[in-house]
Amino acid sequence: MTDILNAFILLSNFVLIPAIAYGSQLALGALGITLIYGILRFSNFAHGDTMAFGTMFVILFTWWFQSMGINLGPLPTALLALPFGIACCIGFVLITDRTVYKFYRKQKAAPVIYVIASVGVMFVMNGLVRFVIGPNDQRFADGERFIIKAREFKQMTGLSEGMSIKVSQGLTLVTAVLVVIALFWFLNKTRTGKSMRAYSDNEDLALLSGIDPDKVVRVTWILAAVLATIAGTLYGLDKSFKPFTYFQLLLPMFAAAIVGGLGSPVGAIAGGFVIAFSEIMITYPYKKFIAYIGPDGWTPNGLMQLLATDYKFAVSFIILLVVLLFKPTGLFAGKSV
Amino acid sequence: MIEVKNLSKSFSGFLAVNDASLKIETGSITGLVGPNGAGKTTLFNVIAGVHAPTDGQVLLDGQDITGLAPHELFHRGLLRTFQIAHEFSSLTVRENLMMVPADQMGETLWKTWTNPSAVRAQEEQTRAKADDVIEFLEISHVADELAGNLSGGQKKLLELGRTMMVDAKIVFLDEVGAGVNRTLLNTIGDAIIRLNQERGYTFCVIEHDMDFIGRLCDPVIVMAEGGVLAEGTLDEIKANEQVIEAYLGTGLKNKEAS
Repeated sequence: MTDILNAFILLSNFVLIPAIAYGSQLALGALGITLIYGILRFSNFAHGDTMAFGTMFVILFTWWFQSMGINLGPLPTALLALPFGIACCIGFVLITDRTVYKFYRKQKAAPVIYVIASVGVMFVMNGLVRFVIGPNDQRFADGERFIIKAREFKQMTGLSEGMSIKVSQGLTLVTAVLVVIALFWFLNKTRTGKSMRAYSDNEDLALLSGIDPDKVVRVTWILAAVLATIAGTLYGLDKSFKPFTYFQLLLPMFAAAIVGGLGSPVGAIAGGFVIAFSEIMITYPYKKFIAYIGPDGWTPNGLMQLLATDYKFAVSFIILLVVLLFKPTGLFAGKSV
Repeated sequence: MIEVKNLSKSFSGFLAVNDASLKIETGSITGLVGPNGAGKTTLFNVIAGVHAPTDGQVLLDGQDITGLAPHELFHRGLLRTFQIAHEFSSLTVRENLMMVPADQMGETLWKTWTNPSAVRAQEEQTRAKADDVIEFLEISHVADELAGNLSGGQKKLLELGRTMMVDAKIVFLDEVGAGVNRTLLNTIGDAIIRLNQERGYTFCVIEHDMDFIGRLCDPVIVMAEGGVLAEGTLDEIKANEQVIEAYLGTGLKNKEAS
């Protein structure tokens, strides 16, 4: 019995909790991608770097606040800096839209042209981030580190396996839930949200209604910037901030959005968790888990790891391929890719 | 009043509309008929701003509206429905209708925060209007249904309802009868007549069903080979030799016989 409990705690500690946190971060990122795809009808390759860009400002503000001695006690100062980072990110994204994408909208350009333009924007943002904050790892988490420490947990339960929950993980889940509730309320209950859904549903008809397409596009970018900055900041708090990592996040985020069905917000969330759980479950070494759960002496010699962590991106890549081959509209029947 | 002057439209050399001139009087229900390929839909699309004309002019109440985009025409009170009904499938019927009026304060984010009561008041007003339209069209039983789940005919009614949400100067109906059963077609016809008589709407109707045209339209304009062939009441049109020839005896005569 204790063995089974230990095995469960082990999995919770190394798979369940990290995957929930990572899944929430991916879901927030994928939501931004899916919104842009639904309204503006192109795959925004710059989304990963938009995350990095917003997070960079959050970090700069965090450092500034820290230097002035402002903090939130047990919570990370980054939370206080978040609204400022979001504002900067919104500003930049709106300028990008005005200077780049608006031109192509007027031309009624094909989606592939938008995609290539977004790759260009991606490189510009990437360069800016590296120029300002540098390509290296930045840590900006402060305050309390753990909600539950492994040792405390062991003492509390008397089990040999410990479970730790980091503040950043708890924070990620709480923030993600709040943001998602707010987003769905917005999309379903407000006039702007309904306009966005209508525009995504039937653009021709939307133009023949009282919907202001410029406003819809603007609000979409604002939402995408908000979601990207929040997702990026949570990811940075949970792990660390490195511009290149954010660029790499593009693949799992796109995989999440496509698995769930591009253009479907519910799908983006589901997709985020599917990708996160697959990635972590496939790269987790099950040696200790089997030792607990199997009969005595069955402890395997190998790590029992399906795939080395170095290859974790292969997981999202394979899921992406399988979904595109067999169900291109994704789990929640978004737009076909 | 819509005035079309010497309008032409060619698609890479093919002349779909050829020097067409016509008038649609305010307060009338004008029918636009003609055999397939006569250029009715192209003329429609040029007036509605989907295509820019190659040559010619379109005037709305004396103002030149040639080449304006569909949404600009919408704001000037020129509305249209589609041959294949368009709807926001993931919104309910009521929400579909409420999407139509322009300049909703709720669309400006800061106003929803700074002046929520005004936003709500406007929203209530729009809702009341939508409910009124729903009642007029007798579709209360599907008011909260997703528009994507409606039948083809109900979608046509919804399209008609959409034009009632704003003060339209003229409404272009593109084959409202296509794919609609006879009973529902009568309902749609009744709604059009009532809108015309009770609320003073001006309509221009493309339709193949001659009974429908006969019940609703006066005058009827016949198009053939891109130009306007004849204009008059349905009976006058039916007696017109040229028109009979244009239909090659397969159109009006057969319709009458069947």
